[in-house]
Amino acid sequence: MADLSCDFVGIRAPNPFWLASAPPTDKAYNVNRAFEAGWGGVVWKTLGEDPPVVNVSSRYGAVSLRGQRIAGLNNIELITDRPLAVNLEEIRQVKRDWPDRAMIVSLMVPCTEDAWKNILAQVEDTGADAVELNFGCPHGMSERGMGSAVGQVPEYVEMVAAWVKQHSQLPCIVKLTPNITDIRTSARAAFRGGADAVSLINTINSITSVDLDQMAPTPTVDGKGTHGGYCGPAVKPIALHMVADIARDAETRGKPISAIGGIGSWRDAAEFMALGAGSVQVCTAAMHYGFRIVKEMDSGLRAWMDAKGYATLNDFVGKAVPNVTDWQFLNLNYDIKARIDQDKCIQCGLCHIACEDTAHQAITATKNGQRHFEVVDAECVGCNLCMHVCPVEGCISMQRVDDGSFGDWTTHPNNPMRKVAEDS
Amino acid sequence: MPRKPVADIEASRLPADRLRKNFSDIAPTLDQHQALIAAQRCFYCFDAPCTTACPTGIDIASFIRSIATDDRRSAAQTILDANIFGGSCARVCPTEVLCEGACVRNGGERIGAEGEPVQIGALQRYATDWVYAEQAALFERGADSDKRVAVLGAGPAGLACAHALALRGHRVDVYDPKSKPGGLNEYGIAAYKVPDFAQAEVEWLLGIGGIELIHRPGLTKTINLEAMAADYDAVFVAVGLAGVAALNIPGEHLPGVRNAVDFIADLRQSEDLSDLAVGRRVVVIGGGNTAIDAAIQSKRMGAEAVTLVYRRGAESMSATGHEQEFAKSEGVTLLPWAQPRRFLGEDALTQVEFERTALNADGQLIGTGEGFRLHADWALKAIGQRLDAVPLAALDFHRGKIKVDADFATSMPGIWAGGDCAWCEAQPHKQDLTVQAVEDGKRAAIAIDRALRAEQE
Repeated sequence: MADLSCDFVGIRAPNPFWLASAPPTDKAYNVNRAFEAGWGGVVWKTLGEDPPVVNVSSRYGAVSLRGQRIAGLNNIELITDRPLAVNLEEIRQVKRDWPDRAMIVSLMVPCTEDAWKNILAQVEDTGADAVELNFGCPHGMSERGMGSAVGQVPEYVEMVAAWVKQHSQLPCIVKLTPNITDIRTSARAAFRGGADAVSLINTINSITSVDLDQMAPTPTVDGKGTHGGYCGPAVKPIALHMVADIARDAETRGKPISAIGGIGSWRDAAEFMALGAGSVQVCTAAMHYGFRIVKEMDSGLRAWMDAKGYATLNDFVGKAVPNVTDWQFLNLNYDIKARIDQDKCIQCGLCHIACEDTAHQAITATKNGQRHFEVVDAECVGCNLCMHVCPVEGCISMQRVDDGSFGDWTTHPNNPMRKVAEDS
Repeated sequence: MPRKPVADIEASRLPADRLRKNFSDIAPTLDQHQALIAAQRCFYCFDAPCTTACPTGIDIASFIRSIATDDRRSAAQTILDANIFGGSCARVCPTEVLCEGACVRNGGERIGAEGEPVQIGALQRYATDWVYAEQAALFERGADSDKRVAVLGAGPAGLACAHALALRGHRVDVYDPKSKPGGLNEYGIAAYKVPDFAQAEVEWLLGIGGIELIHRPGLTKTINLEAMAADYDAVFVAVGLAGVAALNIPGEHLPGVRNAVDFIADLRQSEDLSDLAVGRRVVVIGGGNTAIDAAIQSKRMGAEAVTLVYRRGAESMSATGHEQEFAKSEGVTLLPWAQPRRFLGEDALTQVEFERTALNADGQLIGTGEGFRLHADWALKAIGQRLDAVPLAALDFHRGKIKVDADFATSMPGIWAGGDCAWCEAQPHKQDLTVQAVEDGKRAAIAIDRALRAEQE
C-alpha cells in the first residue's frame, strides 16, 4: 500500500491533504473535526493584530453551472474575527492533542518589522509547525495595506519573508496572490527573502454576479457589494498553470510548493503534485461537502499510486514538469483526426454545429439524405472541439495519423527567427 | 353501500374528498427548481429530433434553453408561436411517441446515465402555465384587413385557425353549437389531465381580439355551405367528429349502454362529482384513448370492476403503450381479441356477450365462434367517432372525411377544412390528435390569408 506521509520543508504530516487557511480552520471545534475526519494538516485561519476585524453578514457568492452547484465560490470574509489570544490558545491545545498532524498558522499583520516580530514569537510559543504569510487576500485587508497589497509588490514580499526568517525558527511558507501579471516574480521574491516554500493560489479578484433587481453585485450587503476572492473548481486550471510556471522557472525550479486552487478529489491533488506540489490545500470542496471528503481523497490517491507503482509521494511529485514546455517546442508534425463511434452516437448533432459554425466544417450532418455525423478528414485539423462538446463519453476520440516525425516552430520555414543549421 | 344484483348504477361510490383527489391534476406543474434541473438535461441538439417529431414543429431546444436561463416569457413565446394550444398539448400530447420519444437521451446507457428523455411535456407546461394565469398578452392582432372568415367548430383546429387569422388582421366568426368553446379539450379529454384549464386557455387565446364566438351551428336548414361561402370571404370547416359510431348489435338500446364520449363529457362538465353516477361493473368497448380515458375514469369514480375489451391485439390499439400501462396500473383489466355480440338484460343491461376473435390466414379479423359473457351494469362504447356529413354533402369526401389538399382547401372554392374532420392527401397518415388539429388550423390560416391577400391585389 502506498505511503502518503509527507515531509514538506520539515513539516511532517500523515498525508498531503491540508485544509487551507479559511473559514473551515477558524477555530478548534472545526479543526478537531477535520483531524478526526483524517486531514493531514491545517493552515489555521489567518491571525492578525488585536483588536480583531469585524465581518459582514452575507459573505459568499457562488456560481452554478448547468445544475452543478458551486462551480466557483467567492467570499468577502476577512481574516479571523476572534481575539488573538483565543486563537493562540486553541492552536496550542489542538497541536498538543494531534501531534502527528501539521499545524501551520497563517499570519497577516501590518507591513512593519515590529508587527511581524511580535506575532511570530507568540505563534512559535504555541508549538505550531510553521507559518504561512498571507500575502494573498484580495479583498478588505488589501485596502488596509495588507494581504494582496503586499503580495503584489515583489520587494515587499521579499522584505517581509526576510523579517520572518530573521525573527523565527519556524519554516516559512509565503502564500501568493494570483492577482498579478506574472506569478514567477512574486515566487522569486519570496525565495530571495528566504522563504522555505510558496503556496498558491490565493483567491482571484471577482464579482460573482449582478443582482439585476437590486442592480448590485453579489453577495450583496444591504444593497451594495464589493469584489471578493474567487476559488473552487473553476479556478483549478489557473492554479495549475501558476504552479507549473514556478516549478519550471530557472530561478525557482524544484522549490517546495503547496498547491491550492479548486482541489476536491485525489485526482486534482495528483495533478498538482505531478506539477511539483509537495502538499495540497483544500477549502471550497470541504465547504461544499464537509470534511468527510478526505476519506475518498486518501483512498483514491493510494489506489492510483498502487496501480502506478508509486510507493511514496516523492515518486511522482514533479513528474509532469519536464513535459510542460513552451509552445515553440511543440511538434508541428503531430496530426490527429476526430473519430466518431457510430454505435455510440446518439444523433444530437452538437459536434456538427460546433464544427460547422465555429471551427473547420469537418463534420457532416447528413449522409445520403439521412441524419448522419461523420468526420471529413481533409478538413479536420484535430482541434478536439467536437470531442469536448459530445455528451457521450468515448463517442468521439482523436486518432493519431502522422508519420511520427518531429519538427517544431524553432526550425519551421515560416518562422522568421528560425535557427538555421548552417548558421551555427 | 349495499350492492344491487343488477343495474347497480350509483353516485358517490367514493367519499367526496377521494373523488376530488382522483380527479385532481395528474401531473402537477414543475416548480422553478424542478424545471431548471429538467431543462439542464437538454443537450440543445442541432436540428433537434424532438422538433422534427412535433406536428407543430415547436423549437423545443430553444424554449428549453430559455427555461434554463430562467426566461419563461421567451419560452412561452417560442411554444405559442408554433402552437397556440401549447398549454393543452403540454397536458394531452402523447409525448412518449412524439417529442419525448425522439429525445436522444433515450439512448440510455450510451450517455452513461439513465435513459429517460428530457421531460419536454412538463417543461412546456411550466413555460406556458403563467401565460394563462396572468392572461399575458403575447400576441397582437394585425391591422384590420376588412376580410371576414367563418370558422365552423370551436375546437383546437377551429380556434387555432381563428387565432392565426386574427393575428393577420382578419375578422373571424367562430360557430359552435356547444355552450363552451374548446371542443374536445373541453368535452373530450380526461378530467384529470386538464382540470379547470381548457376555458382559461381559450379565454386567453380569444384575448387577441377580432374573434367572435357564436353559440349555434354555422350550417342550418336555411344556411348551407354555399350561403356561408357567399356571406364570408372564406370558410374553415373544423367540426371534428361529432357523430358516434354504433355497434348495431342487439340490446344497444338498453339502459346502461352508453357512449364513452358522453360519460367523459359528463365528467368534465360535472360541478360535483359526488352527484355523478357510475356502474359497479363497467365494460368498455374499444381500443383508443377515449376507451382508456373512460375506463380509468370509471375506476377513479369508484367502479368495482372495469374491463376494457378490444377486438384485436393490444399492439393494434391506438392508445399508446404508455396509456395502456397506465390503465393497468389503475386496475383496469385489458381484454383483447374479443368483439361484442349482444347486450343482455330485461329492463337494463346486466351482461355483455362477446365472441373471441383471431386473425385468419389472410390476416383478416374473424370471430372464432367461441362466446363468453361479462356481467356489466354499464357498457361504454368507444369504437370511434365519425363525421356528420349531411350538412357538408356538397364537398368531396375520402374515407368518411372531408378531402383537402396540402393547403387544406376543399373541393369547393373559398372553403377550407382541417382537424379530425379532414383527410389531407398530403398527409394520408395524419392522426386525430389535438396537436395535429392545431397544426391543421395554423396551416389552413396561412393558406387562407395568402388567398385573401391575393384577392386584394
